[in-house]
Amino acid sequence: MPRPGTGGRPLRVAVIGAGPAGFYTAEHLFRQPGIAVEVDLYDRLPTPYGLVRFGVAPDHQKIKNVTAAFDKTAAHPGFRFFGNVEMGKDVAIEDLRAHYHQIVYTTGAQTDRRMGVPGEDLRGSHPATDFVAWYNGHPDYREHRFDLSQEQVAVVGVGNVAVDVVRILCRTPEELAATDISDDALAALRESRVREVHLLGRRGPAQAAFTNPEIRELGELPGADVIARPDEVELDPLSRVELERSADRGTLKKVEILREYARRSSLGKPRMLIVRFLVSPVAIHGGDNGETVGLRVVRNELHATAAGTLQARPTDRFEELPVGLVFRSVGYRGVPLPGVPFHDAWGVILNDRGRVLEPDSREPRPGEYAAGWIKRGPTGVIGTNKPDAAETVACMVEDLGRDRLLAPSEPESGAVLALVRQRQPQYVSWTDWRRLDALEVARGRGSGRPRVKFIRVEEMLAALGR
Amino acid sequence: MNIASILARKGGKVVTCLSEQSIREALALLAEHNIGALVVVDQSGLPLGMLSERDIVREAARDERFFGRTVAEIMTRDVIVGVPEDDLRAVRHTMTDRRIRHVPVVAEARLVGIVSIGDVVKAELDQYSGEVDTLQMQVTPR
Repeated sequence: MPRPGTGGRPLRVAVIGAGPAGFYTAEHLFRQPGIAVEVDLYDRLPTPYGLVRFGVAPDHQKIKNVTAAFDKTAAHPGFRFFGNVEMGKDVAIEDLRAHYHQIVYTTGAQTDRRMGVPGEDLRGSHPATDFVAWYNGHPDYREHRFDLSQEQVAVVGVGNVAVDVVRILCRTPEELAATDISDDALAALRESRVREVHLLGRRGPAQAAFTNPEIRELGELPGADVIARPDEVELDPLSRVELERSADRGTLKKVEILREYARRSSLGKPRMLIVRFLVSPVAIHGGDNGETVGLRVVRNELHATAAGTLQARPTDRFEELPVGLVFRSVGYRGVPLPGVPFHDAWGVILNDRGRVLEPDSREPRPGEYAAGWIKRGPTGVIGTNKPDAAETVACMVEDLGRDRLLAPSEPESGAVLALVRQRQPQYVSWTDWRRLDALEVARGRGSGRPRVKFIRVEEMLAALGR
Repeated sequence: MNIASILARKGGKVVTCLSEQSIREALALLAEHNIGALVVVDQSGLPLGMLSERDIVREAARDERFFGRTVAEIMTRDVIVGVPEDDLRAVRHTMTDRRIRHVPVVAEARLVGIVSIGDVVKAELDQYSGEVDTLQMQVTPR
């Protein structure tokens, strides 16, 4: 029998999760010279693009242009999309092993890390990603509610999710109305009474994860003044030495921008954004009815690790912030997939450069791979998933050459279609998605919005005439 | 980005040896795993030192019959140990400044991985190329 990938026998690959890592994996597979590949891309939601649709902020539409590259991949004759099909529910790992030579998990980092402080589960304390998924119209979050009648809000963390959340909280209704934010979120944010937003960084300005364009954008918000504390944006001696040694222009610029914020005075805009550094939450205070009434933070100082990183260490100075709403964004982790080895400490699938490993022997498990955040953890931007997927695909090609594949009993695209139809008759194909996409765009046209998203699965299926 | 993101895709396997093992045994391990350094650990599994290609070359030039001697005699004892939260950029600076090519990583009093200068450079390169790609996409969608 010829090796899969040659002659009339294509290499058949299942990719689980239709976010950037899933599309980049498919793209790299199709680019392999001399190998005929068929990729079935599964997603538990009816819509593709993962965090490009449900993570990237609605006021950052340009970043969503990346979907043009994904659409190009989807146009390859060997590509199929099975939306609304969940692994572990509609199809089991055994089903995939029976139909594919290789399986790639690209399910992302779907859950947030906890702060580990008392009061974290009080009403009014939320993972920032719940808020993000909600304003982006993720079907699983449509029933979530956030108490935007609160005047004071704290956002813990200074990564890009935290920055997105403070920006959305500070946008005016007019600004938001020009985006593809979910209708529910738009209605709720119109009624928002939020006046002060505290963005809390654990370390100093030189260590903050946000990028310079992100922090600069906060200084240009029409509806919010941005301020920082002069004492917190001054570099401590350790940061100064580190910065002089590295002469990193980006970080110098970042500190300069923040210093300028510290010199600003209020222009009387309706909202105020307060960028804080060297503070960590220690407790969330609850009121009589289990609601959030305040956040206690400790002031930190920096110390250098043996390898030269500046890390935060708490002092004995505390501070109370009278906030009624807290969003935490202190890290993310993957969710284990049924039957797939997981590394709990790092929150990723146990892998070596993308090859899934057996937990005991740490030897590769033939035919199973990971790419994206479920492989390396939640770091980098969308494009970082491209070299990451390339690394995984290189392992896949190498293993194909050594005949280290799954041994599917029925590696036929027709057999998979029959199986999916039987298990999930309401699956969404790429053609179906294109129709949904066109309908969403059409719904936005009258009101000058890029699209108006369907936020219920039933709504999507109904729009497809199901 | 921190070094946990490098360790996450390296399977957590660290090739170690004990200081009382022979250099011959250590060489076999380096060859078998096709790597450039071993973490020398104590009985509890924590790093005592590093045994790198450099250490071996240095000793080989001095004493051709060094195979039977122990790792303890030639290993580098002054080891910089990292933690998963260490920033990539800071680690790169430390490694280049001090001319070290491997950093063992310890978390909760356990050896959890090792990063090489090659790992650090690749991770930073991937990060930069990803950023460039994402920026280009915003300007000229393909």
